Amino acid sequence: MDEGLRSELSKQGVFTIKLEELYNWGRQNSVWPLQFGLACCAIEMIATSMARYDLARFGAEVFRPSPRQADLMIVAGTVTKKMAPQVVRLFNQMPEPKYVIAMGACAISGGPFKEGYNVLKGIDRYIPVDVHIPGCPPRPEALIHAFMTLQRRIDEQKLTGPDRARHLDAGVSGEYPVPRFGEHDLEPPNNAAVWKPPLVKPES
Amino acid sequence: METLEQIRTRVQIGAPGTLLAIIPNDSPANQPSLLVDSAHAVAVARFLRDDPELRLDYCSNVTGVDWLDAELTEKFKVKKIVDGGEKEVEEVKKTSRPGYLEAVYHLYSMEKKLGPVILRQRTGDRTDQVHLTSLTPIWRGCEFQEREVWDLYGIIFEGHPDLRRILMWDGFKDHPMRKDYVPPDDYEYEPTPHDEVLARAKEHQARPAV
Repeated sequence: MDEGLRSELSKQGVFTIKLEELYNWGRQNSVWPLQFGLACCAIEMIATSMARYDLARFGAEVFRPSPRQADLMIVAGTVTKKMAPQVVRLFNQMPEPKYVIAMGACAISGGPFKEGYNVLKGIDRYIPVDVHIPGCPPRPEALIHAFMTLQRRIDEQKLTGPDRARHLDAGVSGEYPVPRFGEHDLEPPNNAAVWKPPLVKPES
Repeated sequence: METLEQIRTRVQIGAPGTLLAIIPNDSPANQPSLLVDSAHAVAVARFLRDDPELRLDYCSNVTGVDWLDAELTEKFKVKKIVDGGEKEVEEVKKTSRPGYLEAVYHLYSMEKKLGPVILRQRTGDRTDQVHLTSLTPIWRGCEFQEREVWDLYGIIFEGHPDLRRILMWDGFKDHPMRKDYVPPDDYEYEPTPHDEVLARAKEHQARPAV
């Protein structure tokens, strides 16, 4: 639609908008996070949802105790290998459309406990992460920034076409394989469909 | 509080036939400990808990220690006749010590406000003679900590009411705090490798792709 005509119409009190924009505007302003925390980052997440930082300004104050009612998983804290299958299972139980924010050094990479025998080196080895936040723990402002980044990404999602959003593509499953407890490690150690190690240049 | 020597003498009267050794500690902490044979561990523990002088009613901590096979070197001076004259010569004596696992208990008395008294048990070796006596029947608080020692070091506590893994999952086979534990190779990618991690990451990259 012509921008000039749209502007002219809005002066007359007629607002025109694409369905895609309306749909995404509605979705991005009512993202309900799943209420679960794994470690100290959860304290910052709680602070973010309280009066001082007030995540309610972004329509995300309704932390849901059930994955069936949640749109967003905030992985707040260290994911141990023993906990990882449960986190993936919770993500599988969330209905589409669903998003993941990996909050803090541990959730994105293992953080200070990276070399621990029971620490997963980042939840992005098993589920697709939309926004990563570094920090140990990140400030509430950082979580709000991540949240606004996620809103922008939701806003950019396409409803049709080959690069449409995952939840609108009937051929793509929203479920991810849950790792099994092996004798020495989780099996498989990562999900190759969602996680590929960046190419590391060998030291010359 | 009594000295450890006094405690040892009284324990040997109270629980006859017990082998008790005092393990000195040369570090700044200077905390010697009592080494007890696992056959008499429960009797000794009961004595320490019920003794009216000590009343060690609280076991604050149970730890595991892994001692690998080691070669101990001892230096001592010997007088020798060299070139007709007597001289002091330093000689080095080497003894090899087989490895073992150790469980360490830190005991306090809430009633008498004293402690710690440190109790140790040692296994025969690191592979098949890894059985020790559980002290959970004496101090209930040892239950989870002995489970943790089993999980991470692989010491089997006889007489423990519920010896299962506590931090790792049930099907896990290794004991990760042992010094010869090899962690799984998940060093595919390290954003900021340094020191040991850099070595591991290089090792991984040098490996041919499967």
